[in-house]
Amino acid sequence: MGNRVAIVGVGMTKFVRRALETGKELSWLASKMALDSCGMTMNQIDSVVMGTAPDTFDGVHMKGEYLSDGAGGFGKPYMRGFVGGGTGVFSVAQGWYHVASGMFDTCLVVCEEKMSTFQPHAQAAFVTIFDHIIERPLKPNLLWIFALEMNRYMTTYGLRKEDIARVAVKNKTNALYHPCAQIAAPVTVEDVLNSEVLAWPVQRLDVSPVSDGAVAVILANESVARRVTDKPVWVEGCGWALDTAYWTNRDLCYPRYVEEAARMAYKMAGVTDPRHQIHVAEPYDPFDYKELHHMEGLMLCGRGEAPQLTADGVTARDGELPVCPSGGLLGVGNPIAAAGLMKIAELFWQLRGEAGKRQIARKAKRGVAQAWGDLMQVGTVVVLGV
Amino acid sequence: MAKSKVQSLKSKVHGPRPVPDAPPYGPIATGLSDDDFKHGKVCTTRWTHDAKYAWDRGVAIGKYLAGLKRGKILAVTCGSCNRTMVPPRAFCEWCFKPIDGWTEIKDTGVINTFSLCYVTWDVKRITEPLIPAVIEIDGASKGMGIMHLLGEVDPKQVKRGMKVKAVWKPAEEREGAITDILYWKPV
Repeated sequence: MGNRVAIVGVGMTKFVRRALETGKELSWLASKMALDSCGMTMNQIDSVVMGTAPDTFDGVHMKGEYLSDGAGGFGKPYMRGFVGGGTGVFSVAQGWYHVASGMFDTCLVVCEEKMSTFQPHAQAAFVTIFDHIIERPLKPNLLWIFALEMNRYMTTYGLRKEDIARVAVKNKTNALYHPCAQIAAPVTVEDVLNSEVLAWPVQRLDVSPVSDGAVAVILANESVARRVTDKPVWVEGCGWALDTAYWTNRDLCYPRYVEEAARMAYKMAGVTDPRHQIHVAEPYDPFDYKELHHMEGLMLCGRGEAPQLTADGVTARDGELPVCPSGGLLGVGNPIAAAGLMKIAELFWQLRGEAGKRQIARKAKRGVAQAWGDLMQVGTVVVLGV
Repeated sequence: MAKSKVQSLKSKVHGPRPVPDAPPYGPIATGLSDDDFKHGKVCTTRWTHDAKYAWDRGVAIGKYLAGLKRGKILAVTCGSCNRTMVPPRAFCEWCFKPIDGWTEIKDTGVINTFSLCYVTWDVKRITEPLIPAVIEIDGASKGMGIMHLLGEVDPKQVKRGMKVKAVWKPAEEREGAITDILYWKPV
């Protein structure tokens, strides 16, 4: 699998609804923090990967190039990766192959998103992800596809809204301890069930917010990693996979693309029994049912079993398998690409035992982060270990 | 290259660094408020995109649209995987070969999943919900659905598995678009 690659430093800005900082400034803040966290300087960075999602949010075409200065991309091998919501985790996979190949010793991976630029609501930008001839004339809303998928998931396994609302409750409460969280709140299942119906069965508190923010991590090969830190967190496996764009022809109750990506990452990491060999998970949770969906896709439980694990407290921060101890997108916020990288950052802190008040109760040696995006079709998975 | 880099890194290390209590390091970004927008403290611009897209229909979707204009729903079949697929495509994405032919399927189907949506595509609140659904069309392979809207139905009554039928625009008004089907209603 090439050279060993470790994460040695991490930086993250607060996630907010509308940041005063520009995208370049947010990128710089996160990058600078990541460098400072491991005592490195930009001179020691060999390559840069920028993750940032649709250009439409910012109204800047080729946004990767626009943001490159803030990410320290000037005069360096620089590339932008973009697979919608899957970008945050995918960017680490990209950085991994830069370093694992031996081409570079170090790689700075920066993910930034500023969704507030689009007025009045970033949601409207998403109409352009649908097929322009056979779907867009129906004036679709992004919420439709989630609502359709969530309804399919609920009816397939006979779930009630309460079974799913528990995820929102868990994550928004977990986020109370995250210093960068945007919408941490001690909500209850009743609060979720009583919140505004946006697109049944999706209600206001089932959804993550529109956010601005940036996260950066520094990848290094083994010899560099051993010198800059005594606690490297190894990238043990990466995987990514796309499902068909004919999304209405798929079975919406199971994310096959996540399973494909997870199998690739687990194989690389030598994980044969994810239920027991993964100690902490950060699946993508832009909607509460999505965490359940993705736990099943990551094979952390059987199909349809995730809601029961949540109800039993297995996925709580002090449970047997903590899931989204950070607070996830539902609690910390959802600046699309940065949200995925936030999950990697959380695993970094959890595995090093540096998550402060968020530290999970069980001893964790290996964790998995996953993100998802495009037209509900991409799965990106990274396994980290110490 | 690698060797000198490693040495320069080593010289930067000054022993273990203090671990922050709660990483990362507290608030940095500063949120703008609604008031800032209301009082014009934020630079905004409104710009009408002077661009026109001339999309090709494509081979498969072109034939599909021509079928809709005649009030027919056309599907394609793949002899390798034995799927009858709608929306039609020129190639089978599973077998990665050209499709083996066209068939006309019915304009009735079953609701696979649906939503009751109280916001428009640009997030304006509405009181009567839009009811998007994935509809599996009779005659296509199991699980082959298209996205469309439901109508003439009480939102409370809609459920998965419900049988529905297409409501077409009058023949003379059809233009070869997905909107030639106005919506689907229960049968």
